Formats: sequence, C-alpha cells, structure tokens
Amino acid sequence: MPTGDLIASDQPAGDPKEIDRAWQVLDLVMDPEVPVISLTDLGIVREVEWRAGQLRVVLTPTYSGCPATEHIEQSALSALTDAGFTQVQIEQQLAPAWTTDWISERGRERLKAYGIAPPVGSAAKPSLDKAVECPLCSSTNTKEITEFGSTACKALYQCNDCLEPFDYFKCI
Amino acid sequence: MHRYDDLTELLLQLGDSAMVQAQRLCELVGGAPALEEEVALMNVGLDLVGQARNWLEYAAERIADGRSADDLVFHRDQPEYRNLLLVEQPNGDFGVTMAKQFLFDSWHYAMLQSLCDSADARIAAIAAKSLKEVTYHLRRSSEWIKRLGDGTDESHQRMQAAIDQVWHFTFEFSMPAEYLTELEAQQIIPGASTLHQRWSETVSAVLSEATLTQPEPAARNYLSGREGLHTESLGYILAEMQFLPRAYPDANW
Repeated sequence: MPTGDLIASDQPAGDPKEIDRAWQVLDLVMDPEVPVISLTDLGIVREVEWRAGQLRVVLTPTYSGCPATEHIEQSALSALTDAGFTQVQIEQQLAPAWTTDWISERGRERLKAYGIAPPVGSAAKPSLDKAVECPLCSSTNTKEITEFGSTACKALYQCNDCLEPFDYFKCI
Repeated sequence: MHRYDDLTELLLQLGDSAMVQAQRLCELVGGAPALEEEVALMNVGLDLVGQARNWLEYAAERIADGRSADDLVFHRDQPEYRNLLLVEQPNGDFGVTMAKQFLFDSWHYAMLQSLCDSADARIAAIAAKSLKEVTYHLRRSSEWIKRLGDGTDESHQRMQAAIDQVWHFTFEFSMPAEYLTELEAQQIIPGASTLHQRWSETVSAVLSEATLTQPEPAARNYLSGREGLHTESLGYILAEMQFLPRAYPDANW
C-alpha cells in the first residue's frame, strides 16, 4: 500500500476499516534492535481495537527485561499519531506470554536475510532435534558458542563449515 | 517491624530476590572469566531486573502509599528488604557464583511453576512469563555445575567447596508452617507444600550427575530474609545500588 494512504483521515474513531489501517501502520514499525523485523512480524501486537473512542493497542514484551519495551511503545505511538490516530491508548499485557512461535513466516525470512538464524522448531512442541541452520551458507553443521548473545532473545552460534559466527534467535 | 499482607510479602520476596541477584551479577561486568560468560551473566541479570520490576510494580500498587517500584528498590533500607539470604552472598570465585546461581535458579523454577497456577491472575501471568526465562537460566547453571563438578580434580574440589559454602542459606527454601498453610489455603502458591521437595529433587539429580556430594539439609537459624533479618552483605549491596538516587534524588537518564 502506498504510504500516502496512511496519512490522516478526518475522524477515524470507531471505523472498523481504520483498524486494518492501524495494523498496516504497525507493520511498518521496526524492532529497534533488529531493524528488519516489524512489530507485527515479531508477533508482539496482540490486539488493536476501538474502545470508548480510543484506539487501544495491546503489546506484549518479548523478555521481561527487554530494554526495548518502552522504545517500542513510543515508536508505535508516534507512528500511529503520524498516521492520524489522535486518541491512542497503548497497553502492555503479559499473558499469554510471548513465544517465538508468533514470529511470522515473513519475519523468519527477514531475520535470516539479516544474518540471524530464526528460531528452530516450536516452543509449544519442544523437540530434541534442533539443528540450527547457518544463515550465510545454510549448513546445519553448526555449534552453540554460548547460550546468550548480544541481546536476551539471541544465542551465539558458529558454522563449522563456513566458520562464520552468527546470532540465533532462541526458541522460547 | 511492619508487615504487609501475605500476598504483598510474597511479591516483595520475589521482586527483591530477583533484584539483589541481578545486582550481584552486575558486579561481574568486566570481571567474568570469559567474554561469552560475561554476556550470559548479564543477560540473566537483565531478565531478573525485568521480573523484579513486574513483581515490585504489583507490590507498589498493593502497598498504595504513593511509592513506585523504583522507590521500593532505591529507598528501602536493609530490614525492609525481603530477598532470600542466598542471593545477597558475595560472588566469590566462579564456582561460588555458579553454585549460588544454580541453587537460586532451582528454587526459582520450582516456585514459578507453582505460581503459574496461582488464583491471583496477575501473579500467574508474571510467573508464566518469568518461567520461560528461568528455565533457560536453570539449564545453563546446571550445565556449569556438571561441567565443573565432573571436570578436573581441582574444578571438582572447588565446586564442592562452593556448594558447601553457600548451602547453609537453602534453609530458607522450606517455608515455615504458618506461611505454607496460609498461602496454600488462599491458592496464592498452589503446591507450596511440595515446593521444597521438588527443589530438592532437581538439586539431587544435578549434583549426582556432577559427582558432587549433597550436604545435609540446612538447619533454620535466627536469620530470615522474609523477616528482614539479613546478613551484613546486603547493606553493602544497597549502599552501592542506592547511592545515586539517594544522593541526587532528581537524577534522570
């Protein structure tokens, strides 16, 4: 959709079409630490609805201590305000707890293209077979270097074939 | 000493324990044995700060005297802290750091598992969120206990010494009968009476795989984090952690 369509309309409150537009706006807000994946790709936008004349947006944090939580809230708020939503209420909700299973297919592809191996398997159905694929050469002959990486959501891996170290987005 | 209701006291115990453990981990910035280890220790600390905030925001709302979660952390003195005594102990060598982390993680895991089914929906939500993170913490600290315990002669001996050194403080993991009955009856901590048993099973399994000897159950004494009766270590932690917001009350990022 051309960005021109995202510019303010007169009185959006209550219009269900505006909900779709709000989702499209949020789909363009990128995660501040992994700037190729949007808030909707990450699966942290849980709800967008009209409530008492206000656009209510429910976000969920990825990790309890994620330092980007407030930043994300601010980015979402200013993107929606810029798009003409004047009455926006952003709420944080803990339950159900965020899982990497909510990362979209497109989000996974974008992570990989950015050099971060997307989460393997499903958090809901944990499996022992957890071959992490190197995002550079696609080899599954990789090893874990440390269980934590540059941010809480990642672990550090290395490819045994192309020898490149890379981040792996942990499956939780 | 002022006491709040049981639920608020529990929130303070969970929040303060996570906060003090995180603060101890932060002391290792620039001092961990390897870069990867340091990144891991700080990430565990970061998770715990986030969890502490969730618990203490809830506690602050219940206390409702105008104090925020930040105020609780930076403007309470030692006797008002409710953290486990274990987490305030000094980091020692890497063996002691991991022994403390492991004993805390295994207690934390058993506690959060119970709290996921709490009758209080907000507690259940914070617990479910935290449990995902703590499962990861426990797996990592267990691996270190096994690697060092079942490693070289020296690492084995030092890991055993580390467990023996901090084991004493695990007496707090079994709750006094009056709390147990109350917290279980109100379904604040479902399964509170089996918590110690579940913790003990995890610890036994890991120590045995690590070829380490599990000490005798630790005896209760006059100290109690729950009562605000702390070891001297907590005062030093708070002095460092609270200095800036107390000296410069309007300081901001």
